[in-house]
Amino acid sequence: MNAFSLLFTYTAARLVLWMVLMFAFVGLNALVLVWVERKVAGYVQLRPGPLHVGPQGLLQPLADAVKLMGKQLLTPAAGDKVLFWAAPLLAFTPVMVCFLPMPFDPRFNPLPMNLGLVLILAFSGLGVVSLCLAGWGSNNKWSLLGAARAVAQSVAYEVPLLLSAMAVAICAGSLDLYTIVGRQGGWPWQWYGVKNPLAFVIFLICAVAETNRAPFDLPEGESELTAGFHTEYSGMGFGIFFLAEYANMVIVSGVAAALFLGGWQGPFLPGVWWFLLKIYGILLFIIWLRWTFPRVRFDQLLNLSWKWLTPLALLDFALAVVMAGMRI
Amino acid sequence: MPTLDPIAMLGDRSSVRFEPGPTEDKMILNMGPQHPSTHGVLRIMLELDGEYILRAEPILGYVHRMHEWIAEQKTYMQFIPNMGRVDYLHAMAWNWAYVGAVERLAGIEVPERAEYIRVAVTELNRISSHLVWWGAYLLDLGAFTPILYAFDDREQILDILQDVTGSRLTYSYFTIGGVYNDVPADFRERCIKFVSRMRSQLPMYRDLVTSNAILRGRCEGIGELTAEVARRYGATGPVLRGSGIASDTRTSEPYGVYDRFHFRIPTYTEGDAMARYRVRLDELETSCEIIEQAVANLPEGPIATKISRNFKPPKGEASMAVEGARGKVLVHVRSDGGPKPYRVKLRAPGFSNLSLFPELAQGTLIADAVSILGSLDLVIPEIDR
Repeated sequence: MNAFSLLFTYTAARLVLWMVLMFAFVGLNALVLVWVERKVAGYVQLRPGPLHVGPQGLLQPLADAVKLMGKQLLTPAAGDKVLFWAAPLLAFTPVMVCFLPMPFDPRFNPLPMNLGLVLILAFSGLGVVSLCLAGWGSNNKWSLLGAARAVAQSVAYEVPLLLSAMAVAICAGSLDLYTIVGRQGGWPWQWYGVKNPLAFVIFLICAVAETNRAPFDLPEGESELTAGFHTEYSGMGFGIFFLAEYANMVIVSGVAAALFLGGWQGPFLPGVWWFLLKIYGILLFIIWLRWTFPRVRFDQLLNLSWKWLTPLALLDFALAVVMAGMRI
Repeated sequence: MPTLDPIAMLGDRSSVRFEPGPTEDKMILNMGPQHPSTHGVLRIMLELDGEYILRAEPILGYVHRMHEWIAEQKTYMQFIPNMGRVDYLHAMAWNWAYVGAVERLAGIEVPERAEYIRVAVTELNRISSHLVWWGAYLLDLGAFTPILYAFDDREQILDILQDVTGSRLTYSYFTIGGVYNDVPADFRERCIKFVSRMRSQLPMYRDLVTSNAILRGRCEGIGELTAEVARRYGATGPVLRGSGIASDTRTSEPYGVYDRFHFRIPTYTEGDAMARYRVRLDELETSCEIIEQAVANLPEGPIATKISRNFKPPKGEASMAVEGARGKVLVHVRSDGGPKPYRVKLRAPGFSNLSLFPELAQGTLIADAVSILGSLDLVIPEIDR
């Protein structure tokens, strides 16, 4: 066995181990997040939330998952079977790739590369294809309207999202998330989120819109489009969309924590705990938004992106270039 | 063996079929009868261009229960429970309209105490109806939380009315000549306690919900209704008052003892969904005022005029209009001198208000149509009767 194949085997083993770890992480995280979401919703709404399955209702998401798995999978008679079932798979697979360059801890980098940020942005952009296929394959008018909304929304919000992420990348001089985190420090004034707050705000708004969370949950807008693109999905078909939504939330929160909040950097605690803490802080913010605000209308949503966020993001990008030139 | 064509089996044959060709870029979409925002089994046929509504047509009759026909089969007293089921959110108004019509027909005097109790419970019921509307409307706009606060307040009303009437939703508390039973001894204190609680909640609702920028963006300038159009369609209640016409049955055709109460009729001139929203929120305050006055002046005395078991009103007809939470509730009773009504006509305010929807929804987005539909405050069982 020569050195090359040894290196290859080592890298492959590391990747597989990472993927298995990440599957477990995503699954566990979704369960915890569902519980957190329902508890937060409960406290916002004067009620206790799940209480009876397990201590403080902690096992409720597990019971829900078992219920979803036990349900019959129905395919619409006049729908396109292949596209209909390709959609949930396509929703979930890119999500796993996105965890590959996630900077959990400086001591463990599963696949060193210098384009981590681009990889995440590229693969998370694939998610909209799955919504589009789900809407088309269902042969349902509500689903189709949901899919049309999803595409327009995704296009509109990807532009300011990329611009605000690039503003940080320019300042850090790298597209590798490990390097970007390394350029920041453990204290808030050393974070890009404080140095460039406008980019942080734009990124957060776009992140909520990109993950289709309320108040920007128009593709599924329950009270308008019944359930939007996933109207026709039952059981785990719906479950996988649900899982992908929560995994996507973790990804955008992870990217936001790495770009703007100094990732693993922080005093006293080991790096990975700081990273998880920051991710969960952002997640709680997103959940809090959902249970507080009404839904915006579709033209208001697009206006917000094209008329406000995109010009502001462009301005901010120019500012970041100046900042990078002055080495701030 | 005949082949089954799944596409031909889909959809509703009675509605207009989508024909490719000149209408290629239009889509017929059935909103309902099972849709989260129609609050019941209302079906609206929408003709869409993208998300824009070219034509909207409400289709009724999914919960038609033949209340008017049932009235002809029952004696005057036996029909009262049906009135609690016409409009489940404001059952008291329907109770009052029917009972009042029969009282006018037979010339029965109602004791003072019963009149004041009627006012108090009807206004309590109006608040509970408006609270349900408020929560459900915001749910339509995608805000999940307010409905739970609204239901928390409403729960206090239901607790009071449960001890008064014995039921929590479909009341049949009124009887011909008065009310069924007297209010409990602590009725006055509980009403005053509720009114002060409601008053302390209202500023919070105004600050947190009404002044929210997203909510205002979804309500202001949406579904603008001019006074002229509102009159033409026979709109009543908060829908009409939101268009600038201060018309309220409680003052325009005073019934019971309403002429002894002092209250303001909230009116807004904008005519949009926000105006209708503000009218209803202001009416919560108005109803609180009326309840206060009613329980403060509650006289002692009998609660009902006795009528004979074999009650037969004289030949003739009479009608009674009551201001319900949704508008003018009118019951017309005709008697042929027998123990059963010859004919009972129920005028539901929601029916006229819904007829405005095609006019208002034309040219709007689906999301706006949902907002308009919610702002009309429809109770489908009342519309279908």
